Amino acid sequence: MRLRSTLTVSFRALRRNVLRSLLTALGIIVGVGAVIAMVSIGNGAKSVVEAQIASLGENVLLVFSGSFNQGGARSGAFGAGTLTVEDAEAIKREVTTIIGVSPEVRTSAQILANGLNWSTQILGEGADYLTIRVWPLSDGVMFSEADVRSVGKVCVIGQTIATQLFPDGSAVGQILRIKAQPFKVVGILAAKGLSVQGQDQDDLVIVPYTSAMRRVSKQTMLRSISVQASSPDTMTLAQNDIVALLRQRHRTAEGSDDFTVRSQVEIAQAATATADTMTGLLGAVAGVSLIVGGIGIMNIMLVSVTERTREIGIRLAVGAHGREIQLQFLTESIVLSVLGGSIGILAGIGASELVSHLKGWPTLVSPTAVVIAFFFSAAVGMIFGYYPARKASLLDPIDALRYE
Amino acid sequence: MPAVVKLEDIHRIYDSGEVKVHAVRGVTLELHKGEFMAVMGASGSGKSTLMNTLGCLDRPTSGRYLLDGVDIAGLDRNELADLRNEKLGFVFQGFNLLSRTTALENVELPMLYGRRRISHHDMQERAEHCLAIVGLADRADHFPSQLSGGQQQRVAIARALVNNPQVLLADEPTGNLDSKTAIEVMGVFQKLNDQGITIVMVTHELDIARYCRRNLIMRDGKVVSDVQVTDRLIADTELRRLHEAEAAAKLTA
Ligand SMILES: Nc1ncnc2c1ncn2[C@@H]1O[C@H](COP(=O)(O)OP(=O)(O)OP(=O)(O)O)[C@@H](O)[C@H]1O
Ligand SMILES: [Mg+2]
Repeated sequence: MRLRSTLTVSFRALRRNVLRSLLTALGIIVGVGAVIAMVSIGNGAKSVVEAQIASLGENVLLVFSGSFNQGGARSGAFGAGTLTVEDAEAIKREVTTIIGVSPEVRTSAQILANGLNWSTQILGEGADYLTIRVWPLSDGVMFSEADVRSVGKVCVIGQTIATQLFPDGSAVGQILRIKAQPFKVVGILAAKGLSVQGQDQDDLVIVPYTSAMRRVSKQTMLRSISVQASSPDTMTLAQNDIVALLRQRHRTAEGSDDFTVRSQVEIAQAATATADTMTGLLGAVAGVSLIVGGIGIMNIMLVSVTERTREIGIRLAVGAHGREIQLQFLTESIVLSVLGGSIGILAGIGASELVSHLKGWPTLVSPTAVVIAFFFSAAVGMIFGYYPARKASLLDPIDALRYE
Repeated sequence: MPAVVKLEDIHRIYDSGEVKVHAVRGVTLELHKGEFMAVMGASGSGKSTLMNTLGCLDRPTSGRYLLDGVDIAGLDRNELADLRNEKLGFVFQGFNLLSRTTALENVELPMLYGRRRISHHDMQERAEHCLAIVGLADRADHFPSQLSGGQQQRVAIARALVNNPQVLLADEPTGNLDSKTAIEVMGVFQKLNDQGITIVMVTHELDIARYCRRNLIMRDGKVVSDVQVTDRLIADTELRRLHEAEAAAKLTA
């Protein structure tokens, strides 16, 4: 029998029992839908993490105090401050493969301008900071090395601050009070939007780290040091040099370091690995429901074979080969699962759209996942339809005809 | 002329575990082209078993069956299926139509499994032609549930005819029909037989057997009588007579 008539017969059989076909396919629909939705959500999270890591800057090494294996126990990163301004200066002076260094301190403070009040985060940074982060300005300029040295009362502000405190525009040149001290706005940062965690990345004020340490918060230790290597190739070399230099300065040895140097790549790998694990886990759970859907199909196909024993008998009696009967039932289960898979793909895309709409989570429908889900559902139909189809094809025509 | 069907000492023993049923015990017979034979006998005498053997639905336990000169013992499952498809038409005891499929599609069924490729258009044309032969041209798109018993039986006959079989086998084709419809079905058979198709049918009713040319009577799996019918009835004549009798009854009533 030709493929087209086999398909016609299968479609006819499925149409006869629309509700049952739909309920049978539901297992696959839910399974595929879940896989697509989960993978989309996972991928969305991953893409945002990646974007965020990329926005960390170019060829960036991050030096922070604390270590992940201090005395065998984990003391968190950014733990008790051990990095000094002198460390940063030494790095700048002695490591040859780097082109930018920015010591960092952070504090939060109340700021005031135009009689308006705002509570925000104050970043103390070096003059290289924006170059390292590849963070452009939308207006004005970055403060200079001279401003850093002279503990200048200058600042660069985020978009949120600009709109909140200077609603009339033209913030550049205006005066901003941080803890009652006047700072002159020299530049406005380009907007960055929300972070994955939902934080406003534009709600900040950047001042020279020297000013932050002496005028704003009276800190003596650095929170971290951002370093920019000259090229991707020199990252490892720079990292090793910094570690060696700091070990010498801090008199520590491997295993007892009170600082950590992480490259952007390592941070990216750690973050995306987490996202990957999540995606894999969610996908696996959803995959299990696909298997359950396949068992549902097998169950209904077995019922169908029993129910239609007489029909099979008639077909065999008028000259159908066992192989043709097998093909008919196999086609039926594949059509069922592929139809379910297709609906499931649409449902999954819809669900992920809905999630990103309602919850604001970023989602990213992966074409690979769609293709895999499609063929996987076809395979499920083939695997779980095989046994019932085989059973039908082996029936004896006389026995099948006599079946009540 | 060689026999279309040749049975030589056919036995069929059903072995369902503890009891063995010897349903057919040594049947030998020949059928030539154009014969029209009724198989009769008490219930359980082995008629259906014999028909299933003739229809290549079942293999004899022993003995030789030559269909059109070919020994079916040497054929595998698929070759038997092809034989059923091309050379035999079977009308089952109790219609056996596909229930949610129209009359036309039921008739098309054997063509779907034919080894020869037929275009969809030709298939439909041939199915319609066969439905016309049994007088159901106007019921092509009806489902079996929308047809009377006699009409369903005629659809089954049309299905058996559609691949131009050499032998038409019918197991109690008039079993559940009233006498008038039964005569109508016999009329269809007689017309086909006149065109040269060999027909074997099972019946319990003596007066139905009188429409055939040859009567075979079985008892306990053996042939006990095999005679030519002398005073053969012609369905058209009988139907006309029935019509006149009905009209007369209405007039007098
Ligand atoms: N599949 C089977 N398994 C076991 N015994 C069977 C089977 N089919 C038929 N028989 C037995 O074989 C014998 C002949 O059965 P068969 O169906 O040929 O009779 P029949 O002449 O067609 O009867 P009827 O007129 O009632 O249709 C019966 O005794 C029956 O019980
Ligand atoms: Mg019988």
